[in-house]
Amino acid sequence: MTRKDWQDFSRGIAFISPWIVGFLAFTLLPVALSLYYSFCDYSLLQSPLWVGTENYRELMRDDDFWRTLRNTGYYAMVALPAGLMVSVGLALLLNQNIRGQSVYRTIIFLPSLVPVVASSMLWMWIFNAKLGLLNHVLSFCGIEGQIQFSWLNHLLGLQGGDMIQPLTMPPPWLDDARTAMPALIMMSIWGVGNAVVIYLAGLQDVPRELYEAADIDGANGWQRLRNVTLPMISPVIFFNLVMGIIGSLQTFATAYIMTGGGPAKATYFYTMYLYDNAFSYLRMGYASAMAWIQLLIVLVLTAVAFWSSKRWVHYQGK
Amino acid sequence: MKASSGRQTPLAQRISTHIGLILISVGFILPFVWMLSTSLKTLDKTMEFPPTFIPDPVVPRNYIDVLSNPKIDFARLARNTLVIAVMSVAGTSISSALVAYGFAKIRFRGRGFLFALMLSTMMIPFPVTMVSLFTIFRWLGDHTGVQFLGTLKPLWIGAWFASAFNVFLLRQFFLTIPEELSDAARIDGCSELGIFWRVILPLSRPALTVVALFTFMGAWNDFLGPLVYIQRPSQYTLALGLQSFQSQHGGTEWHYLMAASVLVIAPVIILFFLAQRTFIEGIATTGIKG
Repeated sequence: MTRKDWQDFSRGIAFISPWIVGFLAFTLLPVALSLYYSFCDYSLLQSPLWVGTENYRELMRDDDFWRTLRNTGYYAMVALPAGLMVSVGLALLLNQNIRGQSVYRTIIFLPSLVPVVASSMLWMWIFNAKLGLLNHVLSFCGIEGQIQFSWLNHLLGLQGGDMIQPLTMPPPWLDDARTAMPALIMMSIWGVGNAVVIYLAGLQDVPRELYEAADIDGANGWQRLRNVTLPMISPVIFFNLVMGIIGSLQTFATAYIMTGGGPAKATYFYTMYLYDNAFSYLRMGYASAMAWIQLLIVLVLTAVAFWSSKRWVHYQGK
Repeated sequence: MKASSGRQTPLAQRISTHIGLILISVGFILPFVWMLSTSLKTLDKTMEFPPTFIPDPVVPRNYIDVLSNPKIDFARLARNTLVIAVMSVAGTSISSALVAYGFAKIRFRGRGFLFALMLSTMMIPFPVTMVSLFTIFRWLGDHTGVQFLGTLKPLWIGAWFASAFNVFLLRQFFLTIPEELSDAARIDGCSELGIFWRVILPLSRPALTVVALFTFMGAWNDFLGPLVYIQRPSQYTLALGLQSFQSQHGGTEWHYLMAASVLVIAPVIILFFLAQRTFIEGIATTGIKG
């Protein structure tokens, strides 16, 4: 390198040095340590004891590991697409040339500002089986009585304790293992405002000429949406999708506060089980193994998203 | 003005759009109304069937009761939360701006690689570092004499070493500042740090505001971080305090719980209305440039 190169190099490194120090101390070191712990028996009270792949093998046999993974997957696979459709839909509605657009936008955005503890408490109250707002509204709409699953029991030949129990209507939401997860997903829809604002900005960047061209070609509303709007905002959708995958795999606070993982572990999320292993059972090694599996899942899903994006994400001018 | 406004929308369509949006808005706002209304009711009235939206009698005293409840020391919770929020905002604004300047305005070997490395760290889920950071903080306390665990430091110390997201956001903004301004300052004998401080930073107020707002909100909302690193109730943040208040009053005194929630939400909502434009534009721009 020339003298000038050196000068630039040392200057550049000097400016980014806060990140380099932070990266080494707060990212690289902890990530490496947690990989090491994941091969150890470590209770915090004693030094880590090397056990090889024992933690990983135990995880494969651990019902709660699979259960929490399944629950998290269920939540992600319903909440993400639902949130995506609702937020794109709302953004499309807002993107019309209408009066009061900023008022509607503000109203839809506000819930996403609410701190998670506060929104959790609020929704516990809304979902309250007897006194909650939701069930008041539902009974007002005449949704009452019981859903019997006798035909289904009959069909599946279930008997005694295996039989599907009747579900009272309106449902007890967080108090029933069958409705607790749908309740959490519904609640997540309330917080889509963030994404709506992002999509709306994306929509407003779509060049007007494209719509004019589509009109000249005689495109109808659906064709405009399908062939102009959606391809043009696909990078934004993609970005939100990747962040959403990473985020929903880390779902923790809402379930921790609202259900504690119940009833019957129906809302026991992966990160909750990890947290319990680490700080309730002091099984740091086991928790670290879980964390590494989580990291691998995130990496694989992100890679899949990037790979598939070649087919459906349209980058303008690139 | 808007993309789809190439032609006049028919009246019928406009009316149906408004009706749809009004219904949706009511759905989004109803939980807030319900929260406010519950927070102003007597305990008996919260259990009334059918419920009313307008409390009768209106009991603003609930708020005083919550604020003076010894189980939820609001002043201390707010102070702890503010310490974390202010230290995080100060730390991340300074450090992230420095790093962003390095990535945006100085050409040096390895810059592209380091920048990509930094962005890729955003994918690491918090649980991966959560456990080992705990042991690192404990080790630091044992070997340096500076205690981390049992203090609020673990929750803001990281902010002083730049966050990838904020660096990215600021770098994008710095790139839009014309190089001629820096060159002019350089000819006048300004040092690189001087350019950063006197030329770039004053022009970057909008981006810095976005960083500050988001960081403040993040600190205000964080739950898992405090849950892991805070050990004594005297150091609880608002999020933790509210949660422990809830678990003690388990599902009964909803009027108090809602009043406490309103108190935690209010500062955020006020902040939003004071800086609405910055918020909306910040979210719009940060979410888009993936």
